[in-house]
Amino acid sequence: MRVEILVNAALACGLLAVPLLAHVMGEPFIITLATRAAILALAGVGLNLALGTGGLVSLGHAAFFGLGGYAMGVLAWHAQMFTPMSLFGLELAGTKSMPVIWLVAIVAGAGLSALIGFLSLRSSGVYFIMLTLAFGQMVYYFAISWPAYGGEDGLSIFVRNGFPGLNTLDPIQFFMVTYVALMLVLGGMALLRRSPFGLALAAARQSPARVQAVGVPVFRLRLVAFVISGAVTAFAGALFADLNRFVSPTMLSWHTSGELIVIVVLGGVARLYGPVAGAILLVGLEHILGGVSDYWQVFLGAGLLAVVLFARGGLIGALAGRAVAHD
Amino acid sequence: MTDTVLEVRNLRKAFGAIVASDDVSLDLRRGEVHALIGPNGAGKSTLIAQIAGGLRPDSGCVILGGEDVTACDTAARARRGLARSFQVSALAMDMTVLENAVLGAIGAQRGVWRFLGSALGDTRLVMPARSALARVGLAGEAATRVADLSHGQRRRLEVALALVLQPTCFLLDEPLAGLGADGSAEMTALLAGLKTQAPILLVEHDMDAVFRLADRITVLVYGRIIASGPPDRIRSDGEVRRAYLGDAA
Repeated sequence: MRVEILVNAALACGLLAVPLLAHVMGEPFIITLATRAAILALAGVGLNLALGTGGLVSLGHAAFFGLGGYAMGVLAWHAQMFTPMSLFGLELAGTKSMPVIWLVAIVAGAGLSALIGFLSLRSSGVYFIMLTLAFGQMVYYFAISWPAYGGEDGLSIFVRNGFPGLNTLDPIQFFMVTYVALMLVLGGMALLRRSPFGLALAAARQSPARVQAVGVPVFRLRLVAFVISGAVTAFAGALFADLNRFVSPTMLSWHTSGELIVIVVLGGVARLYGPVAGAILLVGLEHILGGVSDYWQVFLGAGLLAVVLFARGGLIGALAGRAVAHD
Repeated sequence: MTDTVLEVRNLRKAFGAIVASDDVSLDLRRGEVHALIGPNGAGKSTLIAQIAGGLRPDSGCVILGGEDVTACDTAARARRGLARSFQVSALAMDMTVLENAVLGAIGAQRGVWRFLGSALGDTRLVMPARSALARVGLAGEAATRVADLSHGQRRRLEVALALVLQPTCFLLDEPLAGLGADGSAEMTALLAGLKTQAPILLVEHDMDAVFRLADRITVLVYGRIIASGPPDRIRSDGEVRRAYLGDAA
């Protein structure tokens, strides 16, 4: 346990130190990589609540990630085109303000995850995986076939959205935005995991019959966890789209869901900082191995296999040892 | 009858051609241990599942504290005072003994929608959890992972998790299953003390324990109640001896 705290602190410091150093040395590309890692970590932290703590293996989290991306894309597109959108007869202007976009992404992510969760959580195991996959793909094909917002081509945003008081076009400042967001959400997750809600959620993963028998409604418990999970992942999606100034159905595809699961598994399932370790590892490998070979994902696959076979706790598990019960 | 805590009326459940519960009626009164016995395949587990809420009967009803709970799920019945234990221990294996007991306290106090504040730092949850553990003799194992407990300790934790709910009735599904002679004696003593708190509907295969603990016994064979009454009468009942006790005792 104590070791894990040290590992977590090292990850948090490392993720901060590398881009700061890159900033000093004038290497904006490294900052972009770190930003990407921070955002993917945030998406993984969202998924980890459902997958890790709750034991709900969702292969549909790309839907929330992509929805967050489209929340950013649609709002910013209307703003840059100076065309209001009409929603239920209301004329609404787009926006280039990050906080507003985030709020919309989080609310939309919560709404969609409530719907998908409500329909999927009555099943479990493989059926749950397949249902979340199916709903995710429905959203994906909807985005492809809906021409209003770019269809298959996606939406490009000319200028990154703004945050009050910051110049988000400066890579290090945008990185700090994502880093602070990640740290705040991690802090919230740490509180959530030790709360009565978190304890019951973890118990429901291990013995749903028991949780039900002490009078806690397991379905509702899982649904709430799934909604929080989806909202966090949607938030990350909005940031991800802002990093690329681009959103396309690729963000919604099941490959993205798989990548998020890889991040969680590589780092350590149900470990607070697991997705942080996983995202750093994935982005790092992508960068380093991608330079060595076009087939870098073969090595990633081998690495994943090794983690699953030999280090069930992922990177955090390998460094910090077995989890001490529920934390 | 205000003395009746739990009542099962004309319960019927069929799986295809097999009638697992055939017009079963029984009740549980304050201060008693009511044992439910019967050979394997008699429909005890089906009956337990219908009482606890995991299974809906085809017809008939379950009344808990004067309220018809037939339409309620397991969690809702637990909140209305029904505490069950499982035949095969159903515990959060990766958690500590205390965390499991605290889970019970969370359920009892309907505290699951609290998202902030540490569960293990909340004395309102930890105090009742610890006192339930002390009652079953697991106070010293509070920090042990459930996966590292012995079988007998897990059986006792099952009882602690029922206790911490402060229920109006206990539904104990073979609490002695798999216990050795010492363990059985300890558990029997524990259960004897439990009934002053709330009546117990006890499903058990250990006939020594059943006849020692029970105030009333109901015998289930092929989904039907063939006898019900005080232990002495059941022991001497010819039909019961033929159906069950004859080859068990």
